[in-house]
Amino acid sequence: MAKLLQRYNDRERMNHWFIALMFVLAGLSGLAFFHPAFFFLTNLFGGGPWTRILHPFLGLLMVISFGALFVRLRAENRITDADREWKKHMGDMLKGDKASMPPVGKYNYGQKMVFWLMTLSLLVLVITGFMFWRPWFAPYFPIPVMRAAVLLHSVAAVVLILTTIVHVYAAIWVKGTVRAMTRGTVSEDWAKVNHRLWYDEAVKRRS
Amino acid sequence: MASLQSQDVVARSATTTATPQARSAVPQVAKLIDESKCIGCKACQVACMNWNDLRDDVGNNVGVYDNPADLTANSWTVMKFYEVEPKQGNLEWLIRKDGCMHCEDPGCLKACPSPGAIVKRANGIVDFMSENCIGCGYCVKGCPFDVPRISAKDNKAYKCTLCSDRVAVGLEPACVKTCPTGAIGFGTKDDMVAYGEKRVGELKERGFQNAGLYNPQGVGGTHVMYVMKHADQPELEGLPKDPTISPMVSVWKGIAKPLAVAGMIGAVVAGFFHYMKVGPVEEKNDEKENA
Repeated sequence: MAKLLQRYNDRERMNHWFIALMFVLAGLSGLAFFHPAFFFLTNLFGGGPWTRILHPFLGLLMVISFGALFVRLRAENRITDADREWKKHMGDMLKGDKASMPPVGKYNYGQKMVFWLMTLSLLVLVITGFMFWRPWFAPYFPIPVMRAAVLLHSVAAVVLILTTIVHVYAAIWVKGTVRAMTRGTVSEDWAKVNHRLWYDEAVKRRS
Repeated sequence: MASLQSQDVVARSATTTATPQARSAVPQVAKLIDESKCIGCKACQVACMNWNDLRDDVGNNVGVYDNPADLTANSWTVMKFYEVEPKQGNLEWLIRKDGCMHCEDPGCLKACPSPGAIVKRANGIVDFMSENCIGCGYCVKGCPFDVPRISAKDNKAYKCTLCSDRVAVGLEPACVKTCPTGAIGFGTKDDMVAYGEKRVGELKERGFQNAGLYNPQGVGGTHVMYVMKHADQPELEGLPKDPTISPMVSVWKGIAKPLAVAGMIGAVVAGFFHYMKVGPVEEKNDEKENA
């Protein structure tokens, strides 16, 4: 059996899956209001009014729990020169040619972009969301401000959903990734191939 | 559903297919408010309360005639009093009966996310079907005239119905019936436009050069129109000069919807085909190549 490396501890994993759960619930309830084709999703939440009542709380829980993960992962997601180098070869990777990819640390440029796009879109979502949260906060904002808020809220939600699609796809695409979040560990081979610098560090730390 | 069984619904919120509208061979209606004949008696407010069984909370006197101070979920029409000086030293007291304008292109209906919570009838009346209202307040953002109000009691949006229940059986709206000076008229839109223009002509003859009919084309015209003294400056009475549905609402409820849905579905489909074409990234393959 292949040797394993610890990638996420229990707290990080539970934190991640709580965010994921809230993302699904806030996402489905929010989409219900975005396009008539999705209005049927209100049935999952007990009808239109209940969906309207629940959505902001689900969204807020997602943002708060993301905040906890953000604090833990912020430093590891700083974009470096090595990332900029990796970015130039991103096209090759998508074509299936992994050999030419420069070695990266715990996260590659794509993963870091996912992290920052999620941070940014959630920040926009929570700020604009408060601006038209009925009945408590909406009355404090003038109508033109709320118009801008609903538009930005939709745009940020779409950015978040697209980013999450990329996030989930990458996990499925790169075999051996999902267990990092389900079990907390990855195989050494996986680490060697996908995150060489992180692997070197982990091995050094261990010895 | 009562809202649909009327079979005269020409537009329905959050609905992408045609609505039951067989019974649409009806004339377009309109209410004409002739401000030059209005004495500010508020009988229309009382008639509205009476017919619609509305009782607002007793409010506070804020030092002006406006009572209540603004439209509420229980006050669907309110007389608004404006002390203005269009010319220096020439104080004027303008009175306007505020309420839903019943736009031909209603911004509330465009913004509403709940199927059938807002409908437009063949006669032009824009109606809130409150049993379908989810209380999100999007109609407030869609309206160019700041008309819909959401009840603190039941979280449903309310506004003037143009007495659609009365009009449906051939009666005029309650405010029209009660107006003691005949300042509020009701009839077909064509007749009301013609009558309004006639009144404007008479006012101009009497020296009110800027008199005009307020029937803003930015929202496709309205089914509530005003004959006003200063039609060049509707802002004097708190009305927008050239109201339109906000471009932000149009983008949000227009191009953004299909674009975003296509983008999200497209991303998933693109991922699927990418996987099928390129295949997964596996460390084992690399190991073999390295070996």
